Amino acid sequence: MVPLNYYIVLSAILFTLGVVGVLIRRNALIIFMSVELMLNAANLAFVAFSSVIKSFSGQIFVFFVIAVAAAEVAVGLALIVEIFKSKRSIDVDQMSSLKG
Amino acid sequence: MFQAESTLSGFFFLAPWLVLAPVIGLLINLVFGKRFSEGLVGTVASLASGAAFIISVLLAYSVSANHGEVVRWRLAEWIHIGALQLDWTFRVDSLSTTMMLVVSGVGTLIHIYAIGYMHEDVRFKNDVGRFRRFFIYLNLFIAMMMILVSGDSYLMLFVGWEGVGLCSFLLIGFWYELDTLGRSSWANSNAAKKAFIVNRVGDFGFLIAGFIMFWALGSFQFDEVFEAAEGAAPGVILAITLLMLVGVAGKSAQIPLYVWLPDAMAGPTPVSALIHAATMVTAGVYLITRSAELYTLVPQAQYIVALTGAVTALFAATIAVGQYDIKKVLAYSTISQLGFMVAAVGMGAFVAGMFHLITHAFFKALLFLSAGSVILGVERGHHHAEHAHAHPTGKHSKGKKKEERQKQPHEEEGAHFDAGDMRNMGGLRKTMPVTYWLYMIGTLALAGIFPFAGFWSKDEILLDASEHYQVVYWLLSIAAFFTAFYMGRQIWMVFFGEPRHEAAAHAQESPRVMTVPLMVLAFLSVVGGALNLPFEGLHNLGHWLEYTLHEVESLPLNYGVAGISTILAVAAIYVSWLIYGRNPLRRGEIDPLKRRLGAVFTGAEHKWFVDEIYQAIIVTPFRRLSQFLADVIDWRFWHDWFHEQVIAGTYNWVSNIALNRYADQRGIDAVANNLAGITQWFSATLRKVQNGFVRSYALSVLLGVVLIVGYLILK
Repeated sequence: MVPLNYYIVLSAILFTLGVVGVLIRRNALIIFMSVELMLNAANLAFVAFSSVIKSFSGQIFVFFVIAVAAAEVAVGLALIVEIFKSKRSIDVDQMSSLKG
Repeated sequence: MFQAESTLSGFFFLAPWLVLAPVIGLLINLVFGKRFSEGLVGTVASLASGAAFIISVLLAYSVSANHGEVVRWRLAEWIHIGALQLDWTFRVDSLSTTMMLVVSGVGTLIHIYAIGYMHEDVRFKNDVGRFRRFFIYLNLFIAMMMILVSGDSYLMLFVGWEGVGLCSFLLIGFWYELDTLGRSSWANSNAAKKAFIVNRVGDFGFLIAGFIMFWALGSFQFDEVFEAAEGAAPGVILAITLLMLVGVAGKSAQIPLYVWLPDAMAGPTPVSALIHAATMVTAGVYLITRSAELYTLVPQAQYIVALTGAVTALFAATIAVGQYDIKKVLAYSTISQLGFMVAAVGMGAFVAGMFHLITHAFFKALLFLSAGSVILGVERGHHHAEHAHAHPTGKHSKGKKKEERQKQPHEEEGAHFDAGDMRNMGGLRKTMPVTYWLYMIGTLALAGIFPFAGFWSKDEILLDASEHYQVVYWLLSIAAFFTAFYMGRQIWMVFFGEPRHEAAAHAQESPRVMTVPLMVLAFLSVVGGALNLPFEGLHNLGHWLEYTLHEVESLPLNYGVAGISTILAVAAIYVSWLIYGRNPLRRGEIDPLKRRLGAVFTGAEHKWFVDEIYQAIIVTPFRRLSQFLADVIDWRFWHDWFHEQVIAGTYNWVSNIALNRYADQRGIDAVANNLAGITQWFSATLRKVQNGFVRSYALSVLLGVVLIVGYLILK
C-alpha cells in the first residue's frame, strides 16, 4: 500500500502546478485548466485521507467537488466563448477594461 | 298635550317623506336627468313636489282626525352636547300643516307652470342645458322649505331658513352671466349676492336671538322655550323677539332690509312667484306666528312688529306706483303685502296674518305667473316681429336665432328690447285673452274687491287693526288704496289701449301647460276667502289654527271697516282709470302721472332713492373701510412692514450672519468637505490596486489565502 505521504506530496505538487499555471499563463483556457488541476489536487487529498480514516465522507465531498467543477466549467467556457466573440482573443492581459 | 307617536293613529309616519320626496326627485334628475327629455325632468320634479302635497294633505287630515294633537315625529338624534339635547324631530300640528299645504300646493302648480316657462326661457337665452338645473334647484327649495315649516326647534327651523336662502341665491343668479334683458353682464349675479348678503344681516339677528334663547331659556325646542319664557325676565324676551324681528325683516323683506326683494326679480319668473312671493318670504310671518307665545309676552315688541309691517306696507306700495317693470310692481306689491301680514301677526292677529299669507300665496303666485306669461308672450311677439323683418320667408332655425342675438344691439333701437317693461306693452287684452282674464282675477283679489280672496283676508287684518292699533289701521288703509291704484295702473297699461311696441302687437298666448296651473290658482284666488269667512260658525281657519295658537280672536264682520276698504279700493281703481284708462298711454309718451306729480313720481320711480342712500351710508363707507383695511392695514402695515421688514428682515439677518457665516460655512461645510476630501484621497490610492491584470488579482488571492492559512496554522 502506498503511504499517505506520497499522496499528499503528489497533491501538493499538483496544486502548486495549478497555482503557478494560473499566475504565469496568459491564455484563459490554460488558466482554466490550471484551476481544474488545483481542484483535482484537492480531490486527491480528500480521497487519500478518506481511505486512511475509513470514512466515506471524503469521497462524498469529492463527488460534490466534481459536480460543482462541471457546472463551473460550463459557465466558464461559455464566458470564454463570449469573450472570444467580442475580442477575438482570450489573452487575459487584454481584459483590462475595468482597470482603475 | 303631546302624545307619544305610537299611540296616535294617522299618517304621521309620513312626516319625514315631506323632505325626502323632493330630495328623491332632485336626486333622480341629478343622476339620470341628462338622458331625460325636458318633459320627463319636469314631470319627475312636479311629481316629487306633488308627493309632498299629498303627504301634507294626509298629515292635515290626521291632525284633524286627532283633534289637533301636536305630534312630534322623531326621526334621528341630532345634537347631544351637554345641556343641549336636540333631535331631528318633525312637528305636525295645524300651523305647520297649513304651511306645508301652501308650500307644496302652490309649489306643485308652479313646478308644472315652469315646465312650459323654462322650455321657452332656456331657448330665448340659448342654453337648453340649464333646464334640468332649474328643476333640481326648485326641488331643493321645496325640501328646505319643508324643513323650515316642519321643524320642532328653532335650530331646525334655522336650517331650513338658511337652506331656502341658499336656493333663493342660486335661483336669482340662475342666469348669472346675464342681466334681466339677456345681455352679458354681472347684474343678475350681483342681484343674487345682494339678496344673500342682506339676508345675512337679518340672519345675524336671528342667530343672536337663538344664542340668547339658549343662554337664557336653555333650549331650542319650541314648547320648552315657551314654557321657560313665562318665568324669564321680560327684558330677555324683548331682546329675543326684537332680534328675531331683524331676521324676519331680512327674510320677509321688511324695512329696513327689504331692498333685496325687488332685485331678486332677476330670477326666472316661476322663482319670483314661488320663492319671492308665495312661500319663502312668508317664512318670517310663519316664524312670528310660531313664536306667538313669546311675542304675546312682550307688548312692546308686538307694537314694534306691527308698526314695522304697517310702515313697510305703505312705503312699498308708494314705490310700486312709480315702477315701469311689470315684475318690479309686483315685487313692491309683495313687500307691501308682507307688511300687511307682519303687521297682523305683530298685532297678535295671527289667524288674520296666516289667512292673508295663504290667500296672498294664491293671488300673488297667480299674478307673477301671469306676468311671466305676459313677458314670454311679448318675447314671442318680439321674435316673431324680428323674424318677419329679417327673414321674410319666416324660417326659424337655431343658428339664425343665435346670430340675431349677437346682432341685436346694433339694430335700430340701439338697445336691448325689454319684454318686461310696461311701456312696451299695451293692448294685450286681445292677443293674450286667457292671461288677461287670469291677471284680472289676480288683480281684483289683490286689490281687495268683494268677494275675492284678498278682500276677506285683508279685511280681517284691517278689522283687527281698527280695534287695537289705530295708527296701524290708517297706515294699512292708505296702503290698501295704493295697492288698488298701482294694480289698476298696471292693468290699464298692460292690457288696454293700443300696443306701444311691435312686440306687443305680435304677442302670442302661452301654452296649456302654463295656463292650466294659472286657472287653478285663479280659482283659489276667487274662492280662497271661504277658508275663513267672518261669520258665525265659518271661522274655519281660526278654529283650525286654534289647535296650535291658544288665544284666537274671531271677530265678526264689521261693515264699517269692510265698507271703507272696499270704497277705497274701488276709488283707487277709478282714479287709475281716470289717469291711465281713459286716455291710454301712447308710444313714446311720458307717464301721465309723472306729468302731474313731477318730482314726487320721480321719487317713487327711483324707489325713494333708498338704494342710493344705502349705497352712500353703508356700501361706500364699507368699501372704503375694506379698501383701507386691505391697502393700508393688511398690505402696507402687515405685509410690507411687519412681514417683509420685521419678520423676514430679522430672519434674513440672523440666518445670514449667525447661521450661514459661522455655523454653516465653518462648521457643517468643513465636516462635509473634509469627509469628501479624505474619501477622495483614499479612493485615489486604492485605485492603483485595480491594475487590470487578472493574474495579479490571482496573485493577490493567493497571497491572501497564504496569509489567512498561515495565521490559522501559526495561531
